[in-house]
Amino acid sequence: MKEFEPIIVAFCCHYCAYAAADLAGSLRLEYPPGIRIVEVPCSGRVEEELILKAFAEGADGVLVAGCLEGDCHFQKGNIRARKRVEHLRQLLKEIGLEPERLAMYHLSSAMGRRFAEIAWEMAEKVAGLGPSPLRRRTREG
Amino acid sequence: MIVAKPKPFPFLTEQLRPYRKVAVVGCETCVAVCLAGGEREVRRLAQALELERRVRGGVELLTLPLTVKRQCEYEYLEPLRETLKGVEAAVSLGCGVGVQYLAAAFPELWVVPGLDTLMAGGPTALGVWEEYCRLCGECLLHLTGGICPLTRCAKGLLNGPCGGASEGRCEVNPEVPCAWILIYERLRRFGKEELLRHLTPPKNWQLAQGRGPRKLVREEVRG
Repeated sequence: MKEFEPIIVAFCCHYCAYAAADLAGSLRLEYPPGIRIVEVPCSGRVEEELILKAFAEGADGVLVAGCLEGDCHFQKGNIRARKRVEHLRQLLKEIGLEPERLAMYHLSSAMGRRFAEIAWEMAEKVAGLGPSPLRRRTREG
Repeated sequence: MIVAKPKPFPFLTEQLRPYRKVAVVGCETCVAVCLAGGEREVRRLAQALELERRVRGGVELLTLPLTVKRQCEYEYLEPLRETLKGVEAAVSLGCGVGVQYLAAAFPELWVVPGLDTLMAGGPTALGVWEEYCRLCGECLLHLTGGICPLTRCAKGLLNGPCGGASEGRCEVNPEVPCAWILIYERLRRFGKEELLRHLTPPKNWQLAQGRGPRKLVREEVRG
């Protein structure tokens, strides 16, 4: 049987994580194939509803990747995103999903290696949790 | 504005357990500004309620996210009539007034409050709201330099200060500045300290809460 390969939606800030993912590619670093990158102008753009929608559509995990603290192009977007993610993890628990399925990371555009690490870290964590119950109900993973 | 805060999510899921088709009705006025019941909060809650039902199992839940200009006026609720056909229950993300208007406008609809309505106040910082008005029905702000002692003095003193303040802070709650010191400073800036000698007689609380729900009729604008 094929091993479970989690689908993880990664909301990546244009100024850091998205470029870092690009760099990871240029460096020929391998990262899990289940990562689905969505470029956003700032991690602060990622509203709670957007994250919930990713889960509703069957994502096994969601990661939000924004700039390092103090480096946000829009001053505080990454800090807002982090607070929102923390708050939403509590809601996920109340919905009946493991809060570990959602995580926030901070990195810079030069951190291609770190991006690959984060992707692996998240994929392993979510693989341990198994497929999202929402995915099982929507389409067999 | 009316300041409200969201009720706990598990309370709502429990209340809505028996229903399949649920409207989530927000209000674009006060509760939208205090980030509790505007369009964004409506969409988020509707999405979360559907997810919860899918994860926990049971009958599938269909939500209708709707937002009206003002939930406290029937003319804004009336256009929902067609949309709400066949909807069994609604969560109102309006204030306590909105919830009641929604329930009264749609007698067939079971309405659940999605917020706890707290106070008449305003934001003092991002994510912080404070009470400014007790809705007492007889404004005294002309005597107190625009600072309400009924609301902002912990003891609600009409004739203050009590003398218990320490370093400008209230003895009841040191987080709160002494309203009477604020009043004194403001009156002094305007050279109106004399106003402090004005003795305010006991308030007529019938204007606030003495005879059941208050009613205002203004003949000059009455239809």
